[in-house]
Amino acid sequence: MTTNLDLNSIALRLKEQYGQVVFAEPDYLEVTAGALPHIAGYLKNTPGLDFDFLDMVTAADYTDRFELIYRLVSIKNNTVIALKVKCGRDRAEIPSLAGLWKGAQNQEREIYDLFGISFTGHPDMRRIVLWEGYEGHPLRKDFKEKAYDAGN
Amino acid sequence: MTLATEPFILNIGPLHPSTHGVFRMRVVLDGEIIQDVEPVFGYLHRGVEKLFEQRTYKQNIPLSDRLDYVSAINNNWPYVMAVEQLANISVPQRAEYLRVIMAELQRIASHLLAVGSVMNDMGIFFTAFMYMFREREKIVDLLEMVTGQRLLYNYMRFGGVSQDIPTEFLPALDRFLKVMPGYLDEYDTMLAGNEILLSRTKGIGVLKAETAINNSASGPLLRGSGVNWDLRKSAPYSVYDKFEFDVPLGTAGDCYDRYIIRMAEMRQSLRIIKQAVEQMPAGKEKTPTPLRLRPHAGETYTQVESPRGMLGCYLVSDGTEKPYRCHFRAPAFINLTVLKELLIGQKLADAIIIFGSIDISMGEVDR
Repeated sequence: MTTNLDLNSIALRLKEQYGQVVFAEPDYLEVTAGALPHIAGYLKNTPGLDFDFLDMVTAADYTDRFELIYRLVSIKNNTVIALKVKCGRDRAEIPSLAGLWKGAQNQEREIYDLFGISFTGHPDMRRIVLWEGYEGHPLRKDFKEKAYDAGN
Repeated sequence: MTLATEPFILNIGPLHPSTHGVFRMRVVLDGEIIQDVEPVFGYLHRGVEKLFEQRTYKQNIPLSDRLDYVSAINNNWPYVMAVEQLANISVPQRAEYLRVIMAELQRIASHLLAVGSVMNDMGIFFTAFMYMFREREKIVDLLEMVTGQRLLYNYMRFGGVSQDIPTEFLPALDRFLKVMPGYLDEYDTMLAGNEILLSRTKGIGVLKAETAINNSASGPLLRGSGVNWDLRKSAPYSVYDKFEFDVPLGTAGDCYDRYIIRMAEMRQSLRIIKQAVEQMPAGKEKTPTPLRLRPHAGETYTQVESPRGMLGCYLVSDGTEKPYRCHFRAPAFINLTVLKELLIGQKLADAIIIFGSIDISMGEVDR
């Protein structure tokens, strides 16, 4: 798999269509939450790009914001592209990509469960590994587990 | 007179031999036909990703073994590779070859268990399973000779592997490489044309290539549908670009194809091991690294082809001695996305086989 895509030219093409929502970083495209489904759909359905495989979705908590990372793979062209979305920590909401790739369903549920980021438009937005009624989202940096952090 | 009927709800698992761990399926049945499936996860959730943030980089290596305990060596790999990238640690050539040999042995052991347990599910009780375990035992002996462990090997280190192979390992491996093709031929004679296997797997659980791709399936599940995607070929890591091997592909995408692919992949793994032993240079097995390792701040994503599919590690470092964030792309977890689509409309008895042919490991699904 190569990453020798010209991210700048893709960003330019996306900017023409969707306005100032795309910034090309060295390894990834940074996009706004609102433009994410459009850009993902564009990357998936444009002939020549063909990013038809959603490799991975995950998030990270940077205490002032969440960052979501999407890795899209084009099996046909053997290329990979990464998208990054930043979102605020209170009322964290991101449009779901489950409509484009069913492969996003379980992964987005996992992010919702462990980070508390909810995905709008997801067909089944529930906790996945923890049980209903569990309080808190363990992978948030400010999460305290009662028994474990009792001494701190 | 008409009888009043209503759908029947059946819980399979979490403790049931066919769920290969503690997976639970809530199945809605109309007679024998499955109308709806709700997979229930989380019975083996240990919060591994949180545990990774609370331990130092080196303390985390044995934890990564425990993700997918059936192929522990493959699970070390993306994590150590990610840390090596962030900390700029170079790996000696000999260590890369040792990693390949051990990982391919582990792949054969894992596929043997996968095939053997599906046979159990379809009613060839324990005969095939015990045949498979005859060979798996030989592999586990080989791995024990090198690592001292039989299940969770804790073998890889940043910059290499924990220890070089002992002198008796290569002759023993050579004996294994000589006998194993004969055993695989034996399985083909006994199983590939076996009446039970054919009638229970041919045309059952058909997965189309587009559906597999849309559901992010990987590993034998994806290749069974005819998609040529194996990270060892398409994104060669370590020294995989130096070996000649084929990627077995299915045509129909049914359970039988997934079985055939696992059998064929074992032969390819043997080819890789043979070449790796011939090419392996002398040298050190490990680059020394500081005890309190502090990789540079940054993030990276590494991936390997584990027996279950694309296994990735997304690692964020903030320059301290503990990972800031560590996420594993668990192939078994993501492969289960397609389960619902595969099972609806099928008979309950076939559901067990279809589920088994995906080959999951709960340690990896729930993490």
